[in-house]
Amino acid sequence: MNKKPRSLIRIIIPVVLTLVTIALIVWPMLAGGQYVVLDPKGPIGAAQKDLIIISTLLCAVVIVPVLIMSAVIVWRYRDKPENKNEYKPNWAHSTKAEVIWWTIPIVIIGLLAIVTVRYTYDLEPSKPLAHEKEPITIQVSSLDWKWLFLYPEQGIATVNTLNIPADRPVKFELTADSPMNSFWIPQLGGQIYTMSGMAMTLYLQADHEGQYWGSGANFTGEHFGEMRFDVNATSDEEFDKWVAEVKQQSQPMTQETYDTLAKPGTSNVAYYSAFPEGLFQKIVTKYVVDGKSAHSKHEGSSSNESAAGDKSLSVPKLNTSTN
Amino acid sequence: MLERLKEFASEFFVTGDPLIYGADVAIGITMITIVTVLTYFKKWGWLWRNWLTTVDHKKIGIMYIIASIIMLFRGGVDALMMRLQLAMPNMDFLHPEHYNQVFTTHGTIMILFMAMPFMFGLFNVIVPLQIGARDVAFPFLNALSFWLFFLGAMLFNLSFVIGGSPDAGWLSYPPLSELSHSPGVGQNFYIWGIQISGIGSLATGINFMVTIIKMRAPGMKWMKLPMFTWSVFSTCIIILFAFPILTVTLALLFLDRFAGAHFFTLDLGGNPMMYINLIWMWGHPEVYIVVLPAFGVFSEIVSTFSKKKLFGYKSMVFAMLIISFLSFFTWAHHFFTMGSGADVNAFFAVTTMLIAIPTGVKIFNWLFTMYKGRIRMATPMMWTLAFIPCFIVGGMTGVLLSVAPADFQFHNSYFLIAHFHQVLIGGVVFGYFAGLYYWWPKMFGFQLEEKLGKWAFWTWNIGFYVCFMPQYAVGLMGMTRRLSTYGWDTGWWELNFVSTIGAFLMGVGFLFQVAQIADGIRKYKTLKASGDPWDGRTLEWSIPSPAPEYNFAVTPRGDDVDEWWEEKERRAKGIHPPEPVYEPIHMPKNSSIPFIMSVFWFVAGFGFVFGWLWMAILGLAGVGICMIARSFSYDTDYYIPVDEIKRTEASLRGSV
Repeated sequence: MNKKPRSLIRIIIPVVLTLVTIALIVWPMLAGGQYVVLDPKGPIGAAQKDLIIISTLLCAVVIVPVLIMSAVIVWRYRDKPENKNEYKPNWAHSTKAEVIWWTIPIVIIGLLAIVTVRYTYDLEPSKPLAHEKEPITIQVSSLDWKWLFLYPEQGIATVNTLNIPADRPVKFELTADSPMNSFWIPQLGGQIYTMSGMAMTLYLQADHEGQYWGSGANFTGEHFGEMRFDVNATSDEEFDKWVAEVKQQSQPMTQETYDTLAKPGTSNVAYYSAFPEGLFQKIVTKYVVDGKSAHSKHEGSSSNESAAGDKSLSVPKLNTSTN
Repeated sequence: MLERLKEFASEFFVTGDPLIYGADVAIGITMITIVTVLTYFKKWGWLWRNWLTTVDHKKIGIMYIIASIIMLFRGGVDALMMRLQLAMPNMDFLHPEHYNQVFTTHGTIMILFMAMPFMFGLFNVIVPLQIGARDVAFPFLNALSFWLFFLGAMLFNLSFVIGGSPDAGWLSYPPLSELSHSPGVGQNFYIWGIQISGIGSLATGINFMVTIIKMRAPGMKWMKLPMFTWSVFSTCIIILFAFPILTVTLALLFLDRFAGAHFFTLDLGGNPMMYINLIWMWGHPEVYIVVLPAFGVFSEIVSTFSKKKLFGYKSMVFAMLIISFLSFFTWAHHFFTMGSGADVNAFFAVTTMLIAIPTGVKIFNWLFTMYKGRIRMATPMMWTLAFIPCFIVGGMTGVLLSVAPADFQFHNSYFLIAHFHQVLIGGVVFGYFAGLYYWWPKMFGFQLEEKLGKWAFWTWNIGFYVCFMPQYAVGLMGMTRRLSTYGWDTGWWELNFVSTIGAFLMGVGFLFQVAQIADGIRKYKTLKASGDPWDGRTLEWSIPSPAPEYNFAVTPRGDDVDEWWEEKERRAKGIHPPEPVYEPIHMPKNSSIPFIMSVFWFVAGFGFVFGWLWMAILGLAGVGICMIARSFSYDTDYYIPVDEIKRTEASLRGSV
């Protein structure tokens, strides 16, 4: 008789705990943060989102039934004297059953592999995007702890802010004058590493005008967390207007300006009306070994010295990861 | 002179942070307490004879586990500090420099100095008992492995108060970890801490491989091997091939830093990408190294606590061996975004997905072991049951990450962080906890009380989901790993705040476990365990708890996977084994050389860390002398006479 209230508590406590836990987990998920990866604004991001959904569904087809099955099995075969379900302590093999559960994951993974391989070739980052407009080229270099954007066609440069025309492919050429970072604008598409001594290519496109953001996704030391930048996608006219403004209102970047900028430290947003000729190439080829001069600058890696030393090199070591 | 001394001290010791001073004081007090207690109770001799010089696999196993729990505490405190820093936007609790050190040491300690020794502890305690052996194949080497691990771990931890912690991430990618970007000694501590303990890990891998090949009980054919032993064997295969890669990689990095080599530098033809490839050629197999033994533990527990034979034995073995093999062909999935091109990415995406197949089969087999069984809810089984859904979900997010083009969006984000914590905590940590609870009575001869264990279980599990589910979400919101702070405008704080609550719940769970163990030690006399407290199935349950130093008075037979279960069935039918005929037992003698040699390694490592060549040479010379001394010591074994065996057995069996 006195067992009843106790068993009621034994039911209530876990139920309440479960509800509290679920609420605690679900509340912040719905609290209003923006799921940028699931809210793409360009074709690459959109394709990646599709792929995320396809692969999640393919997996869910197996794991949801398995999760339910686990719960049912544990409940049905719990060790209680009143449990009348079958007990077969020596039943440990069934070829038919095992063939089934070798086959299920093989089929699912097979399907997923086909989808993945197709998308891998389609979304290869150095593959140009189909669009009626020619892509605009922007050169990106990650520095210790800021982003440098060069607009070779416009002749301007910015730090920690990026302007692009909307509805037009952007060809990012990326390198680093710092430890390896990763260039990521979640709403436009996936990231790619920026590495010293080589140039990577990444095509992205913003379908709509708007303000997005990007960050340095790979750890590069003390203040890497401050490498966040705004991405302003505007109409062609507004973009041109902005370029003209930058040209008019800002100072040019000299080699000295760059050398100062490349030193470790954080930086505010900055605009430059011009940048030294071939700066990106210089950064990329900074470490190209010239048999003769290599030993003379053995210990040194102060940036201006090596960059100047490599100026005459004619064979840049470009790794554009094309297939 | 005084000035120079002051200057040296201020560089040598880590200064300027109240947290560090707090830790200094805590370490000092702990040391003084230990020394005082040992002296007061006159326990120095006991410590030296019974523990520091032991070659007994059971004691070495226990020392591994104690060390790993201490490291779990250190790594856990690191984790809580990080979560506190991230609880609110723009927090000022840890400066970025400290935050970077904390996540670096958290990762390194949890994988190399917590998971690995915990795993080796379980190997040591259980494998010889499961296969009916008297010890491992090379007991002396086994002791050396432990002390190398322990002193390597201590060297690494020393960086907290002396010289400064490493801060280039747990895998220390160059060029960040090169002299050009990390001129301090922190990276050297990282290299030498791991290097010294890594030698021990490789030796343990070889040791257990040989033990399993050569020392199985008569009748124990390969397909009669208990599943945990099979998992250890699969893991040893991976260790054997993966750890040399780690050793070479770190040696090259050290040459870069110490001798001005240019393997991974940016200039003079060095290639940092080579390091990233090499370190993951070890790093990816490493996660299978730690998870396979957990699979073994679950297999034992599922079968024991369902009172049923393990379903699909051959599939299970086959699946594990496939995983061992495939683990070496997936490493590049850690850097799909390096621009290796579609061919490479497609290859590594598919090999990674393939691993889901054998893993999925294992899950089905565990479920069907329970199907038509009788499931008892003791703590080892509870951790196992918690593992299954946790690992299914963690495995699924792993498959999502393996989809290379989608990984461009997941990579380096909290989605990735949530995934690997889910498989490493839900798989590895839950597995080792389950194993610890399961074999605890066998190790110590008493049971732990279940009540506190259940509290620990629930706080850990609730804490886990509260901590890591929000991290998947915040990853999809674009939060990247290793950020030391974030702004209000990001919209990330609610998720981070809840995640911090979850982390602290897991911390409470850990405290419950400590309380449970303390409570058990206090009452151990009333909690005495029999030799077979769980109604076990394998040979380790056929002998008293704790096992006598020689393990088996008479060499057992291993004709069946569940040999002890079958034996109990036979006895129930009235078929009793013949009276044992004792013979003198051949045993290895204790040796102080493993401990002394490891101390010399520590000295050498410390010398290399600070670039003090005299000290490094001194240490290495000591190592050499120890090796020579061992080569010329012939008095390494002894026999336990029959009378003594009879006395021991009578007293042990009598008390059961």
